[in-house]
Amino acid sequence: MHVVGKLSVKKPIFNRPKKKTNIKEKIAYICIYAVALITMLALISIIGYVLLNGIQHINLEFFTQEPRSMGRKGGIFSIIVGTIYLTIVSIAIATPIGIGAAIYLTEYAKENKLIKIIRFGTETLAGIPSIIFGLFGFVFFVIFLGFRWSILSGGLTLAIMILPTLIRTTEESIKTVPNSLREGSLALGATKWQTIVKVVLPSSIPGILTGLILGIGRAIGETAAIMLTAGSSLGIPESIMDPTRTMSVHVYLLASEGLSKEKTFATASVLIIFVLIINLSANMVANKYIKKLI
Amino acid sequence: MVNNTKIKVRNLNLFYGEHQALIDVNMDIMKNKVTALIGPSGCGKSTFLRTLNRMNDLIDGVKIKGDVLLDDVDIYGNESDLINLRKNVGMVFQKPNPFPKTIYENVAYGPKIHGIKKKSELDEIVEKSLKGAALWDEVKDRLDKPALGLSGGQQQRLCIARCLAVEPDVILMDEPTSALDPISTVKVENLLDELKAKYTIVIVTHNMQQAGRVSDYTSFFLNGKIIETDLTENIFSNPRDKRTEDYITGRFS
Repeated sequence: MHVVGKLSVKKPIFNRPKKKTNIKEKIAYICIYAVALITMLALISIIGYVLLNGIQHINLEFFTQEPRSMGRKGGIFSIIVGTIYLTIVSIAIATPIGIGAAIYLTEYAKENKLIKIIRFGTETLAGIPSIIFGLFGFVFFVIFLGFRWSILSGGLTLAIMILPTLIRTTEESIKTVPNSLREGSLALGATKWQTIVKVVLPSSIPGILTGLILGIGRAIGETAAIMLTAGSSLGIPESIMDPTRTMSVHVYLLASEGLSKEKTFATASVLIIFVLIINLSANMVANKYIKKLI
Repeated sequence: MVNNTKIKVRNLNLFYGEHQALIDVNMDIMKNKVTALIGPSGCGKSTFLRTLNRMNDLIDGVKIKGDVLLDDVDIYGNESDLINLRKNVGMVFQKPNPFPKTIYENVAYGPKIHGIKKKSELDEIVEKSLKGAALWDEVKDRLDKPALGLSGGQQQRLCIARCLAVEPDVILMDEPTSALDPISTVKVENLLDELKAKYTIVIVTHNMQQAGRVSDYTSFFLNGKIIETDLTENIFSNPRDKRTEDYITGRFS
């Protein structure tokens, strides 16, 4: 009763003068709308431009044939294989390390100097230009360890590049798992490890997937670091020790050497479609997973 | 008398860093009875509850002195095994905290981590536990549905079922109905009455009527100390301590 009495004394909100705020509201709305529009336009025009120029040159042969005469003719079969191969290798290396590190940092580590240094390290790694990673990979994996230009060297280099983002996103999603769930599990007599594996990680899978998508995006989009570590061979890689060329590298080389405009845009189109498919399917997996939980 | 005591607490002192949260707590918790812990916020009753299954171990900077004896074994002694302790002393929390898994998986979680793998055995435990928590009839047709789709009251009973599934002797409840609507509260309270035949129950509650309704014994906590422990009817009809009387008559809260 008290509350009702108090409220009715105050002027109702909708009777207050509103002209000034209304104009401000409108301006803010228009600005935000415009900004959103610009973002969308940029995205659509880039994708649209590439697809318009590329899609007419894509046919079945483009997917099934190997490139001929340096890529001027033929398809990109071996390059698609190389892209997938390299991406899988780098993700396979980065995922266990990244998730493990994130678990350590969130669940086990106590806030101390060492942890601060590790955090600082991962953050700095995330900001280092990829060419530096490439240079390191070249000197360390390719030459010092003698892996030569190979999918292994490239995969390891990309894995190091992906790690910071993966650790970060995994950490963030592990942190969003409510503590009450951990307590619930521990109170049933579960060990810490059981709790992490059976309760914490399953609940943070959508976040981990996001990290993986970002990582895959970075791996697929990389050029310089890959050329330095995996080479730019046009052949089909037969083992992890073979050199290869990814689609991004192919686009870069075709464009920079002016070999073929059609093939450049066709490859770029395939690359875009590739990334779209990966994003959409990862989203679908995450949504399906979330639906199963709630 | 001696063999009716399930948990003996002797000279228990607990520190959060510098702050002393429990001061010389002594208490006997009776077997197959419901013991209610009441007291104003921050009086240490929840902290005390959490010493009984060593949940305070999870918090940094907690120091504990004194003895807690479960069936005459010191649970803080080196020989006692934390996993076994928590298996024997289950806990239900203030806010229902079902895992984001199916109803079935929630109940089967405990038995599974303790090594039961056979499907038929798990099925049996799940059914028994859900029946024990008076939830079976409501969920038996949707065991494979997510637990988070249940109502708050059902979720809390699911958490009780999850706790029963590991077959504890003691069940600790930390304000188990404070997040529930009145009807769900009644259901949980009725459940307590059934459960005490098999389990020893310790319940923290803010709700004095609830303590009166469900418990056999009541302990009144104030500023980290137990002011008095007695049969619930004695506490509510003629408390020995003035402060207890003040609290239960609502003169301070």
